Amino acid sequence: MDSKEFCRLLRDNGFDFFCGVPCSVLGQIIEYLSHNDDFQYVPATREDEALGIAVGAYMGGKKPVVLMQNSGLGNSIDALTSLVLLYKFPILLLVSWRGYEENDFPEHSLMGRYMQDFLRTMKIPTIVLSRDRLPRQIAESARIMKELETPVALVLKRGVLE
Amino acid sequence: MRRREAVQAVADFFKEGYIVACNGFISRELFNVKDASRNFYVLGSMGLPSAIGLGLSLARPDKRIIVITGDGNQLMSLGTLATVGKTSPKNFVEVLLDNGCYETTGGQETSSSTTKFHDLARSAGFRHSEYVDSLDGLVAALEQHLNAEGPIFIHAKIEKEKACSPRTQMDPCKIKDRFMNALIES
Repeated sequence: MDSKEFCRLLRDNGFDFFCGVPCSVLGQIIEYLSHNDDFQYVPATREDEALGIAVGAYMGGKKPVVLMQNSGLGNSIDALTSLVLLYKFPILLLVSWRGYEENDFPEHSLMGRYMQDFLRTMKIPTIVLSRDRLPRQIAESARIMKELETPVALVLKRGVLE
Repeated sequence: MRRREAVQAVADFFKEGYIVACNGFISRELFNVKDASRNFYVLGSMGLPSAIGLGLSLARPDKRIIVITGDGNQLMSLGTLATVGKTSPKNFVEVLLDNGCYETTGGQETSSSTTKFHDLARSAGFRHSEYVDSLDGLVAALEQHLNAEGPIFIHAKIEKEKACSPRTQMDPCKIKDRFMNALIES
């Protein structure tokens, strides 16, 4: 599946508002979202700002997705704990997994190692995307978000999308 | 101008609007001055009220969205002014109450004395931006902009004062549900 098909898959599952901060792993997705009239993408200056925008959009009736590099998860901890989780906002996080298996630049290595621990500690259901199961994984995320009123993190490694 | 007077003036003015009030004394003041289902009280997430208001503005272009925030809060997320300027929602109004300090945590000084928020907002792309330093000035600015196209920014200088209304006694999920119901039913 390529980035375009992935965006359409998200839309088919009801997600209709996108906001975030780029990562090269998410580059093609953001490129497609930004230049296609069927999608709304808001470029944020920080990942926690993107979460704030997504919260507002959700209250206004949208189903938002926040895109970020896992480094941005560090910027997002307070927004997640004292806003998104506290008020139970079901927002989908699409997080790139930089530093996966230490196979990346040095600045990504520690967050690459700890990212899942942070998500687990905050009890945010996390799904590592796999190229063979994407439609099922997206549908599953939408179901969990609706049932549990919780954000869900989708983790995207480089190379999963064509 | 006192904080309470400023909050009251904004709440009285935008009777049909939806208000996002920042964490700390400003939410507490709004809750006690004029609690309403159209108020969203931000209890934590310092720095994010304008982002929340922006998301609302983009999702509901048919409604007036008003953010009331403080100088310390805005200083934590000056970048959001740029995001508002870039997306330029016509229904977005921000009123920044500037007392020059982090009053909620004991009055520690902020960098507001050397920061011209109204200039920053204008440079970031807000359609209207102005500075007021009296209640009359705030009311006049609100009157002028009530139905004007946004994004609108009002930088209002207020007094430092330790006294504040009691904490917002409402469950976060109830704040959310009540606010969303008010938006849906309108």
